[in-house]
Amino acid sequence: MANVIARGRSDTSTVLMVGALLGVFMILALLMAAGAKDTGMAVQAWTFIGLAGAFLVGMSMWAGQLLGRNPFDQSEYENAIVKWGVAASMFWGIAGLLVGVVIALQLTFPHFMYFPEWGFTNFGRLRPLHTSAVIFAFGGNVLLATSFYVVQRTCRARLAGGMWPWFVFWGYQIFIVLAATGYLLGITQSKEYAEPEWYVDWWLTLVWVAYLLVFLGTIWKRKEPHIYVANWFYLSFIVTIAMLHIVNNLSVPVSFTGSKSVQVFSGVQDAMTQWWYGHNAVGFFLTTGFLAIMYYFIPKRVNRPVYSYRLSIVHFWSLIFIYIWAGPHHLHYTALPQWAQTLGMTFSVMLWMPSWGGMINGVMTLSGAWDKLRTDPVVRMMVVSLAFYGMSTFEGPLMSVRAVNSLSHYTEWGIGHVHSGALGWVGYISFGALYCLVPWLWKKKALFSKSLVEWHFWVSTIGILFYMISMWFAGITEGLMWRAYNEFGFLEYSFVETVDAKHISYMIRALGGLLYFSGACLMAYNLVRTVLGHGEAESFDTIDPKYARPHQPVLQPAE
Amino acid sequence: MYEMLSSFAQTGGMIYFVLLFAGVLAYALWPRNQEKFDAAARMPLSDKEPNDD
Repeated sequence: MANVIARGRSDTSTVLMVGALLGVFMILALLMAAGAKDTGMAVQAWTFIGLAGAFLVGMSMWAGQLLGRNPFDQSEYENAIVKWGVAASMFWGIAGLLVGVVIALQLTFPHFMYFPEWGFTNFGRLRPLHTSAVIFAFGGNVLLATSFYVVQRTCRARLAGGMWPWFVFWGYQIFIVLAATGYLLGITQSKEYAEPEWYVDWWLTLVWVAYLLVFLGTIWKRKEPHIYVANWFYLSFIVTIAMLHIVNNLSVPVSFTGSKSVQVFSGVQDAMTQWWYGHNAVGFFLTTGFLAIMYYFIPKRVNRPVYSYRLSIVHFWSLIFIYIWAGPHHLHYTALPQWAQTLGMTFSVMLWMPSWGGMINGVMTLSGAWDKLRTDPVVRMMVVSLAFYGMSTFEGPLMSVRAVNSLSHYTEWGIGHVHSGALGWVGYISFGALYCLVPWLWKKKALFSKSLVEWHFWVSTIGILFYMISMWFAGITEGLMWRAYNEFGFLEYSFVETVDAKHISYMIRALGGLLYFSGACLMAYNLVRTVLGHGEAESFDTIDPKYARPHQPVLQPAE
Repeated sequence: MYEMLSSFAQTGGMIYFVLLFAGVLAYALWPRNQEKFDAAARMPLSDKEPNDD
């Protein structure tokens, strides 16, 4: 008992610690705003002060209402943060997909939303906005929300660290807003998927270390002796992203009150570091994190155990051992030494095996429940996501082979490949997890409308197919045109002819993106109505009491 | 110096990774662990709250 009280008290003190940390950073931001060397820096610093201040005020008002009640009750799971994570995922998902549709239209019709004297909506600024929004804002929030949900249940322990998980959540949203507004202002360090400048990188590092400690702390106080495989995948995601982020963003700020910085590495070393980071962002952000979702949500949803737990262990270790070496396949035919290119290619081909091993483990978990593919569109969405995972992890090794790469590299084939993985695998497994989480968290019997999930599934799937097929077509067409010579040994086509050849494909791609975006809007509508308890989303309290799970023993009045 | 370091990294790295992976395989396939893994495979299906036993 004393232990419980002591733990409650130390958890409460985390509110003060988070408050003090925010205060320190707001003072630093104020100094940066005061001496800002460029307008962008001033805007970013004031944005930070506004957001951190809002967080501080919100936290103080919340803490003021507690009046001695322990907000970090160890006998309950922390669900509120997962609910916020679900809402943030849906919000950033819609935003990121919308920007994707805009830039697809800009590639098709170059004058669309192009204002030369204004600059904010140029393709060059919106493109990183799209990639960061879908990967880090949407994907990142899905991973935060699901990891906080899964680690508590598989460890049977409340999230560790009291207020710190909330610092992780809101700190991460501040990171997203700073990165996004920075891109629109033209602030970038020009590293793909790592565009934010040095001060945003520092802030994210702080948030990420807090995330790691919260996650480890929860595992540390677990009541289940075995650490479930999904937690291993989440942990590898958190640890590796910390390592990749720090090494790839090693830079020296030109001034501590300016937005510009200079990279520590240069030339081919910089390129190799960038693609070591870039490909492992695919491997450890977009793969292991979402495989953790697969290993929890698919068994849970179909109510079947993991097909082979042994395979899941071999899957985990072989995947992370091999993935980390695959980056050099982005640098075929460059100044990178040939042996390093070959190494990257070899490991990429080897990666096929653990990828498919994991996919098979996920799909076979449906053994004995195959009918759910037909009856439950959420299960179908997650299984189709595994099919896309299998397809893109076959296509990836193929494209990493140097000879294939000489055709596919720099063409739209790469864009198509990335999107079959992103829209098909990452998107669908995330949608599946969100469709599961909303009724579970808000204690509803079902989603508002199952047929809307069907609509979402089919509209989005047709969208993905439009996207992939048009990009295959465009990519192979331009790849072949680039390498075509005439009888005198000159290039057959000028560059602009190869761009013109893609126009129809670009239109189809934009349509595919629009369909996928529309599907996500249907989903957001469905989830909001579910939270409101409309349609089929009855509360558990109003139905058969045997499903209702009393939170605490109910006190009966004395006879 | 470079030769020494690179051969240490290459040969040593290979031996290290092969042994580590062999250890993983042995752990995963060890017959006595089967019971533990069967229980772990069912872990997502439990609906226990933190204080349930």
